[in-house]
Amino acid sequence: MKLTLRIWRQNGRADKGRMVSYQLDDVSPDMSFLEMLDVLNERLTLEGEEPVAFDHDCREGICGMCGMVINGVAHGPERATTTCQLHMRHFKDGDTIDIEPWRARAFPVVKDLVVDRSAFDSIIQAGGYVSAPTGSAPDAHATPVPKANADAAFEAAACIGCGACVAACPNGSGMLFTAAKITHLGLLPQGQPERSSRVVDMVAAHDDAGFGGCTNAGECTTVCPKGIPLTTIGRLNRDFLKASAKRSDNA
Amino acid sequence: MTELFSVGDPIADTKAPDGPVETRWDRRRFSAKLVNPANKRKLSVIVVGTGLAGGSAAATLGELGYRVRSYCYQDSPRRAHSIAAQGGINAAKNYRNDGDSVHRLFYDTVKGGDFRSRESNVHRLAQVSVEIIDQCVAQGVPFAREYGGLLDTRSFGGAQVSRTFYARGQTGQQLLLGAYQALERQVAAGTVEMFTRHEMLELIVVDGRARGIVVRDMVTGEISTDLADAVVLASGGYGNVFFLSTNAKGCNVTATWRAHRKGALFANPCYTQIHPTCIPVSGDHQSKLTLMSESLRNDGRVWVPKKAGDDRAAADIPEDERDYYLERIYPAFGNLVPRDIASRAAKNVCDEGRGVGPGGLGVYLDFADAIGRLGRKAVEAKYGNLFEMYERITGEDPYEVPMRIYPAVHYTMGGLWVDYDLQATIPGLFVIGEANFSDHGANRLGASALMQGLADGYFVLPNTIGDYLAAGPFEKLTADHPDVARTRSDVEDRIAKLLAVDGDRTVDSFHRELGRIMWEYCGMERTDAGLRKAIDLIRGLRDEFWQRVRVPGDGEGLNQSLERAGRVADFFELAELMCIDALHRTESCGGHFRAESQTPEGEAERDDENFSYVAAWEFTGTGDAPVLHKEDLIFEYVHPTQRSYK
Ligand SMILES: Cc1cc2nc3c(=O)[nH]c(=O)nc-3n(C[C@H](O)[C@H](O)[C@H](O)COP(=O)(O)OP(=O)(O)OC[C@H]3O[C@@H](n4cnc5c(N)ncnc54)[C@H](O)[C@@H]3O)c2cc1C
Ligand code: SF4
Ligand code: FES
Repeated sequence: MKLTLRIWRQNGRADKGRMVSYQLDDVSPDMSFLEMLDVLNERLTLEGEEPVAFDHDCREGICGMCGMVINGVAHGPERATTTCQLHMRHFKDGDTIDIEPWRARAFPVVKDLVVDRSAFDSIIQAGGYVSAPTGSAPDAHATPVPKANADAAFEAAACIGCGACVAACPNGSGMLFTAAKITHLGLLPQGQPERSSRVVDMVAAHDDAGFGGCTNAGECTTVCPKGIPLTTIGRLNRDFLKASAKRSDNA
Repeated sequence: MTELFSVGDPIADTKAPDGPVETRWDRRRFSAKLVNPANKRKLSVIVVGTGLAGGSAAATLGELGYRVRSYCYQDSPRRAHSIAAQGGINAAKNYRNDGDSVHRLFYDTVKGGDFRSRESNVHRLAQVSVEIIDQCVAQGVPFAREYGGLLDTRSFGGAQVSRTFYARGQTGQQLLLGAYQALERQVAAGTVEMFTRHEMLELIVVDGRARGIVVRDMVTGEISTDLADAVVLASGGYGNVFFLSTNAKGCNVTATWRAHRKGALFANPCYTQIHPTCIPVSGDHQSKLTLMSESLRNDGRVWVPKKAGDDRAAADIPEDERDYYLERIYPAFGNLVPRDIASRAAKNVCDEGRGVGPGGLGVYLDFADAIGRLGRKAVEAKYGNLFEMYERITGEDPYEVPMRIYPAVHYTMGGLWVDYDLQATIPGLFVIGEANFSDHGANRLGASALMQGLADGYFVLPNTIGDYLAAGPFEKLTADHPDVARTRSDVEDRIAKLLAVDGDRTVDSFHRELGRIMWEYCGMERTDAGLRKAIDLIRGLRDEFWQRVRVPGDGEGLNQSLERAGRVADFFELAELMCIDALHRTESCGGHFRAESQTPEGEAERDDENFSYVAAWEFTGTGDAPVLHKEDLIFEYVHPTQRSYK
């Protein structure tokens, strides 16, 4: 197929950036979206232009490294799909495709389609873990976990930290990501001792990192490749209220 | 052949304690010198890599009180390639009461590795496996559970006991997140400093000891040096030398190869694991291959047309014109033969012209019988997510037409040589996880790479590195020390050289071509003539690379072509060594099948008499003959036998 690509080019943080058009004549429907960009980049290289920078690694939908806004939608038109798992058979001959980076205050553009998502790591540093130093663990069977809880914790733990939720949110909020981790650890017995401090500290780190507040717009779950549901945010809110109340009790 | 390499002194000491295998690790731990807690703060360690091995090591060393600096090339440590592992992690918990034990896991692993691994190491791995599960559960890793709330297990890779712990098809992800979270906790505590989007490009060796690394900040392009009392490499495997593989695109050999050039021996480079059930290549644009879980072979039947060149649709080929070749050749194991056997059988039928799909490089994995027998619902419940993934990639509905699969490069058992303490031949350099060679022999059993990565990182290295560090802190170095400054300027020169070629071929075009050579001659089947030819081709292509590669842009900022060019340059050198290693080992074992060494039935024939050793190679110069050092393998507990699956 023949395609027109309109791609955001931005040479570093200081550059203003602009959309640039490219024609591709020989796109196979079997290609993944990133392979299509590989083909473009090979051509640009030979023509003496700089290839388009984009992040990717596993190309299997699990590392969370890839991500771009395709025709206005984070990760593109297919539901529950990362950009690397999106295939060109979902596009038509003659299509024009707009390709842009995640846009959010907390994710500054590094170059072209590459953004800096290290703010997610800072949220985890604030408490997104169970303090279990190596070697201190009891036998794994010492603490049974009801299957339903284990399964629900797993569903939340499946977040790949891609940041699509932030890109889709009108407020640039990272609440779905934060809520996924709060839910994962909050549903397990191991996560209970730090449950209150975790939610308070992670939400504070979220706000400090420059993410916007959540107004329940719900755009995040629509684009989430792992189907993290909005109910996780409800859970975070409940835990947060409880924890805040407890804190003021103690004060 | 001797012009290609020479033979040096054998390796005398692996530092493994002797005596009963069950107590070796305990005795080694007891004999290791300890570092006083107050002194740990004065000792610094660099950890390159944040996968299961590096992430768990950095977190644990940080907890112990060392000053740790950790590096990865991704934008977050959570994205290391370990995240992609699907199937599960083994541990000898015997929760099922099905006769499992540390000894049985030890036995299975030595045998599965085709008797080319070390008994001492493997026994330690089996022992420690039990603690890994406890540790991960304590961290909140959401392993699959049964209704009673206890952990579920499954059997894997032909093991007769159910010892594989899993978190749906995302075990690697969940284990890695556990290690990553422990790591971020230490970052917050200030014991670990994390450098993402930083690539290690050289190892700094001063007075014979590993003392630091040269890194490139991949965002600003800045080259800098980092110095410490010890360096740990946890930089993963080198399967991407084949270009197409199941590995993440960024996986590379640079960290270990640079250390090899500085004097660390590289062991068993020719041992590559090929996984039989991957989605076949669909065209020249293909950038990587996707693994389909091996569990599919439990119900799917593998076949190809009997007639070469039969291009009818699968449904139009009548039963009696189909060849269910695995069931035919291996009636006892059928479709469930081990990875190396299934892979080679698929290659053979495709070589006969009976392959299916584009280019004839594929075989059918057919669920029609299973759907008939169990009903579509049951098949969907068991394999639904895999079927969906297949359809997403190929656009074909596997409920209607059989899947097509083909073997692909998956894992590399070779790596830097390490002793029992996981220390390389350069003092102060430790190597863990897939980056070392130590525990899997010539073939890795399913679900044991994750186990090894975490065993090394959480439990083994934190104990053994202390013995080395107890003699520290070592002489204080600064960036202007001549050895440090020279290593750094070597890196700058190399980058300048890559940028200066300004040729007319892309990096990827070279990488693809190198990959094709490796797959053709050093892939599933190797011959003397083929390997010699490959060595010539690789040398020619390497020269051409340095004359014709085009790396656009400059070294000043984010430049992904430059990153790839540096990695491919190292792959060229490694590729040659892989072929030399494969050529010299005139036996077949595990992931190394030499056509000249097979039984009359066409099965791999090991030669224990002559090859029961680890081949550890010393670097002498690019294109120069390397020196082979042998480490003899001694089997006191598991006695070598021929593997048979008929
Ligand atoms: C698709 C797939 C499925 C698998 N499934 C299973 C399974 O079910 N069970 C199992 O046991 N095993 C499985 N494996 C194998 C297993 O995942 C790997 O062997 C293992 O995760 C390797 O871990 P590691 O920590 O050694 O390295 P990796 O996880 O590869 O980590 C390497 C780290 O090094 C860093 N790095 C590399 N080079 C540099 C450099 N030059 N500078 C800075 N940083 C660098 C990277 O950024 C990364 O952080 C699977 C592998 C694949 C490909
Ligand atoms: S919640 Fe979903 S969209 Fe957001 S980071 Fe996680 S996986 Fe990505
Ligand atoms: S590249 Fe890993 S999720 Fe897309």
